[in-house]
Order: sequence, then C-alpha cells, then structure tokens
Amino acid sequence: MSEPILKLNNLCTVFHTARGRFTAVDGVNLELFPGEVLGLVGESGSGKSVTLRSILRLVRPPGRVSGEVRWRGRNLLSLSEPQMRQVRGGEISMIFQEPMTALNPVLPVGEQIAETLREHTELSGNALRQRAIELLELVGIPSPKERLRDYPHQFSGGMRQRVMIAIALASNPKLLLADEPTTALDVTIQDQILKLLLRLKDTLGMSVILVTHDLGVVAQTCERVAVMYAGRIVEVAPAAELFAQPRHAYTLGLLNSVPGAGSTRRPLIPIPGAPPDLTALPPGCSFAPRCAFATDECTAQRPPLMDISGPESPAVRLTACIHHDALSAAGEVTR
Amino acid sequence: MSQTILRVEGLSKVFPVSYSVVERVQGRPRRAVRALTEVNLEVRRGETLGIVGESGCGKSTLARCLVRLYDVDSGRIVYDGLEVSGLRGAALRQYNRRVQMVFQDPFSSLNPRMTVGQTLREAILVHRLRKPEQVPGRIRELLELVGLPADAENRLPHEFSGGQRQRIGIARALSVEPETLIADELVSALDVSVQAQVVNLLLKLQEQLHLTVLFVAHDLRLVRHLSHRVAVMYLGRIVELAETERLFTAPAHPYTQALLRAAPELDPSRKSVVEAVKGELPSPLNPPTGCPFHPRCPQAFERCSKEVPALLPRGPEGRWVACHLLEATP
Ligand SMILES: Nc1ncnc2c1ncn2[C@@H]1O[C@H](COP(=O)(O)OP(=O)(O)OP(=O)(O)O)[C@@H](O)[C@H]1O
Ligand SMILES: Nc1ncnc2c1ncn2[C@@H]1O[C@H](COP(=O)(O)OP(=O)(O)OP(=O)(O)O)[C@@H](O)[C@H]1O
Ligand code: SF4
Ligand SMILES: [Mg+2]
Ligand SMILES: [Mg+2]
Repeated sequence: MSEPILKLNNLCTVFHTARGRFTAVDGVNLELFPGEVLGLVGESGSGKSVTLRSILRLVRPPGRVSGEVRWRGRNLLSLSEPQMRQVRGGEISMIFQEPMTALNPVLPVGEQIAETLREHTELSGNALRQRAIELLELVGIPSPKERLRDYPHQFSGGMRQRVMIAIALASNPKLLLADEPTTALDVTIQDQILKLLLRLKDTLGMSVILVTHDLGVVAQTCERVAVMYAGRIVEVAPAAELFAQPRHAYTLGLLNSVPGAGSTRRPLIPIPGAPPDLTALPPGCSFAPRCAFATDECTAQRPPLMDISGPESPAVRLTACIHHDALSAAGEVTR
Repeated sequence: MSQTILRVEGLSKVFPVSYSVVERVQGRPRRAVRALTEVNLEVRRGETLGIVGESGCGKSTLARCLVRLYDVDSGRIVYDGLEVSGLRGAALRQYNRRVQMVFQDPFSSLNPRMTVGQTLREAILVHRLRKPEQVPGRIRELLELVGLPADAENRLPHEFSGGQRQRIGIARALSVEPETLIADELVSALDVSVQAQVVNLLLKLQEQLHLTVLFVAHDLRLVRHLSHRVAVMYLGRIVELAETERLFTAPAHPYTQALLRAAPELDPSRKSVVEAVKGELPSPLNPPTGCPFHPRCPQAFERCSKEVPALLPRGPEGRWVACHLLEATP
C-alpha cells in the first residue's frame, strides 16, 4: 500500500470545564491513504467531531490539542496560524454537521464561494465567477447562474448541503473532512448527496474522512472504518471485514443493536447501560462495564490498539479488545 | 387481529401560513400548507402499524390529529365506535386516556421540576385509576415494567440519560392504562445501542398489555422490525399500505420503491452507484397537480400530472396503493 497522506499520532484533546477536566479525544492514532474514504463511527459524544476539529485546529479554549497531525510531511499542530489558514479550507476542507450555522446567513452563496476562491486560488473577475457557477453545477444545483445571488435560507436543506460541498471543493482540496454531511437530510436526499460525494472524490482524487453514526451509510460509502468509543479508537478494519467479523466487543454490540432484514418483531440484542461520563471514565477498557466478554484483565489496565492482521487478510486490522479471539469464536453477528 | 379499532376517513388538515401586511396589501392569496389530504386508514386491534415517509410528509400531524392535539379540517376519526371529533369534556378526557401519545423528545414534555414519582402520581390520580393508598405500589410496578431502577421515583428528569427519559415518557403514558399508544419518533434521538433497549421494551409491553401501537418513524429498518403493517406517506397522502414483509420485499408504489432503494443497506458487498431517485421534495405550499410524486417518478405518464390517483386495494393480500400504473393493470 502507498504512504499515508495523513497520520494522527497520539492526538489528544482535553477540555477544562466547570464540570471538570475531560479528554474528548484520547490518544488517537490513525492513518489515511490517498483516495480512500475512511468512516469514523461511534455514538453521540464519542469524540468524532472533536477529532475532525482538532485536525484543523478548530478547537477553541477551554479545549487543548496535543500530539501530532502529520499532513504531507508537516505537523499541522506546530504551524503558525497564518500557515494554518492556508491549509484550512485550502488543501483540507471541512463540511460541518450543521449546514445552517456553517453558512453565512447574510451573504449570497455566490459570494461565499468567491471568498474561498479568492483566498485559495489565483482566480479573479469573470474567471472567478465562471468557476463559482461551475462548482454549483458540479454539485447539482439547477440554474446555477441565477442562484449565485440567493441567500442560504432560500435553499432547501439538501440544496444547502450541496452549497456547503461546493464551497468545500472550491480550493481543490486533497482531503475532505465530512462531519455527518447527511444526517439532517431525508433518505432520498442523503442517497443523492453520498453518491455525489463518491463521484467527486473519484474525479478530483481526494481522500475523505466521513463521520457518521449510521452503519448503513458506512457500509455503502466507506472502504475502511475506524470505531470510536469514549474518545478512543477501539477498532480499525476494512468495511467488509468489520461487518462480517467485528473484532471488538463494542463493534459487535453496535452491529447486533441494528435490526436486520427479515427478523421482524424478534427482540434485538442491545448493549446494556449507556456510554460513560467522560469526566469519570471506568478503569481499563472504557467499554468493560457494558461488555459481556469483560474479565478482570480488562479493567486492570487500558488495552492498547493491537495489530491483529492475519496472513489471510492483507489489510491492517487493529483492535483494542483483549478478548478479540473469544469474540471471533463466540460472537457471530446475529443478522 | 382483524378487528378494526381506529378508522380514519378522508382526513384533511391545512395550516395557514403567516400572512404579511405587504402580501395583504398586494392582494396576494393567503397561502397554506396542506399537511394532510384525504387520508384513509384502518388500524386493527393489537397490531403495530408503522407510518413512514420523509420529513414534512405529515406523519406527526396525523398523530396529533388522532389524539386531538389538532382539530381536523375535514374527514372523520372513529375510535371503537366513537366519533372522535365530536368528543367534549369527560368523554374527551376518557378518550385521551385510552389513546396515549409518546413524544420524540420526552424531556420537553416532562415537567422539569417534578420528580418521576410525582409525574406518575399525578397521571394516575387525575384519571382516578387507583385509590391514593394504592398509588405507591402502582408507581413501583410501572418503573419495573419499563426497566427503570426503583430509586428513579425520587429523581428529576434531567438526572437521566436519553434512553431512560424515553422510558419515563413511556411509563407516564402507560400509567393511565391506555389501549393504544401513538409513538412519534420514539427512539430517533437515541444512540443505536440504546434504541435497541427501547425497541425491546416496546415489543415486551405490547405482548403483555395487548396494546395497539402506531409507530411513526423515518427509520425504515426499525419500522420493518416492529410493524405488522406499514403505511407510506408522501406530501400529506398515504401512497401505499401493506403487510410489512410484502411492502419491504415487493414495494408496489414507485415512491416506496425509491425510498427503499435509497435507504443504505448494511451489507458493504451490495453497493450501488446510481441515485435511487432524482429531484427534491416539492414544497407543501405548492404541491404538484395530479399524483404528488409525478415530478420525480421515473414511470410517470400523461395521466399522472392531471389526476390524483386514489388509494385502492391491490391484490388479494390487503395491499393498498395510490398509483395510476396499477390502476391501468389491475
Ligand atoms: N467546545 C466544547 N467544550 C466542552 N466540551 C466539548 C466541546 N465540544 C465537544 N465537547 C465534548 O466533547 C465530547 C465529544 O464531543 P463530539 O462533539 O466530538 O462528539 P461526537 O462523537 O461528534 O458526537 P455526535 O454524534 O453527537 O455529534 C462530548 O462529551 C462533548 O460534550
Ligand atoms: N403547527 C404547524 N403550523 C404550520 N405548519 C405546520 C405545523 N405543523 C406542521 N406543519 C407543516 O405541515 C407539514 C407536515 O408536517 P409534519 O410535522 O406532520 O411532518 P412529519 O412527517 O412529521 O415530518 P418529520 O419527519 O420532519 O417529523 C410540514 O410542511 C410542516 O411544515
Ligand atoms: S401515479 Fe404516476 S407519477 Fe404517481 S407514482 Fe404512479 S406512475 Fe408515478
Ligand atoms: Mg459530532
Ligand atoms: Mg414528525
């Protein structure tokens, strides 16, 4: 396999708040390869958005980011703020979870695209305008020329998401960080946007990190998946292998929680309890209190992310589950 | 199972859109959202009927009309022989006891300053379902039924997780011993691992208490899992209604087909690259003429833009479809 384009080394993001100090992103190590779509999944509050924001240094105080973000040979965390501004919205673009708050409500969308083009390309005047129209067309906005002067509120939710993508693509990024780009959308519109993203990724040769909590979206769009739980990456695998044979008890629990086709009205197998409070994490494996496989070993110390790639699987598989073997023997996905 | 408990006939509901002074001066016509148009539906005693459809298609409006949170503009709702829109005073309160709604966000529907025990006590006493000395025992019973710890009684809503608050909402609905539960996006806001807990609870309660359930949701997987039959809505109308497995394995309406194709499958080896359906949802302020789906329908023909297809029985298995294609070839 080729060299990774992005490498996170021991990325940590700590918040000091009134409720106490907690680590939202806890020693994340992750590699992203050119041209791939990596899914980042996990439940609400597991640290997916903060991870993306930390990569671009968009975490505001009381948050503090440490570790390394290796991007094309440089550590983004040690760049000066002006250097970082060139990267942010330039080589690396982000689509935010909430399109309405990410777009400027008092600026026509054409002007918002133009801002990015001015900052990150050499274009000006008519060429710039042409490029803005091209971008809106690329993301499937009908009559783009007429819509340049429209404001965000004049677009539907799906159209706003398309505008967001157009702005993100304006700088010809090499990496797109997409935080739940379709969660607020209807399923037929979600389907359109995801397929658009995949097409654009191929034509523009980008890499994508796609944050989602929908396992169906992962299955349909991602080549590899990283699973997060309570701020830590607990499993990394190619999507097909993850769905066929999860090697972390939490991943198995997630897959079993989702009803499969044709199992109508049979009880599901939920994960008992709820995700932990980050200010009071249990010792050892954070998932242990909810885990059917847990033993004393699991609570004794925090299990590291281990490489368990076998000879039969060329792609790297990582898990932070001590009992990943027991899991593969006992824990068939019940679908 | 085939006895009808709830019948909806020709139900329509329109929301007027706020009318600005400028619009009035200009003499523009008053605009309105047609949230429900001529909805017909029968719910059988003891079944779970799923209601699906995309945002704004009228699912919540239908649910709210059924519990009289909204008055209907036209049409009838008949529950166990009662004409619901005519109910007043004690008869209406009695109806609201028999038909209970559980909301998507239980937090906003729970009084933040009342403990769980106080909330349940109030509901039980209002309907005089128990003698005061029996109430504490009943509260313990309810908490156990929905799987909450006994000490939950003395705690306030904000001290619970999302899944637990959902259970409090269900416990409150059950405290008045309803026959029918209307669950509007009951688990949508919950994480999948916790969703499964609430889904199991719902299955168990239905079995134990012989409840009739209207399960309103946009998550197709959950609806398929829980429902005996499913109704699909589009722009304020029901476009297809069928027994669950038949609907999911052989959808008849072009919109149902598109919706199922668009829902991402859990199997990474089955990916598609083409879009399930093109175009956007039309504005309910200005719905298309004829079939509401015709501007996006790949199979639309001339008649579709002119004439609204009626919801008609198709085939022997109790399937209903509103599409001209099927009318042409019965
Ligand atoms: N600016 C902030 N200040 C304090 N705490 C924060 C801040 N941003 C995030 N957090 C906390 O960090 C943790 C991780 O949040 P994050 O937004 O990354 O979760 P997520 O995985 O994206 O969840 P969701 O699926 O709900 O979007 C949460 O406990 C959250 O409350
Ligand atoms: N109280 C109201 N006043 C004005 N318009 C309303 C009101 N309630 C609903 N509507 C409109 O009626 C239509 C149907 O809304 P409804 O809430 O029933 O949809 P829904 O199917 O429940 O959607 P969702 O999946 O987003 O919950 C929408 O266009 C909505 O904007
Ligand atoms: S009536 Fe016509 S437009 Fe509507 S779904 Fe059927 S074929 Fe398509
Ligand atoms: Mg997030
Ligand atoms: Mg609704």
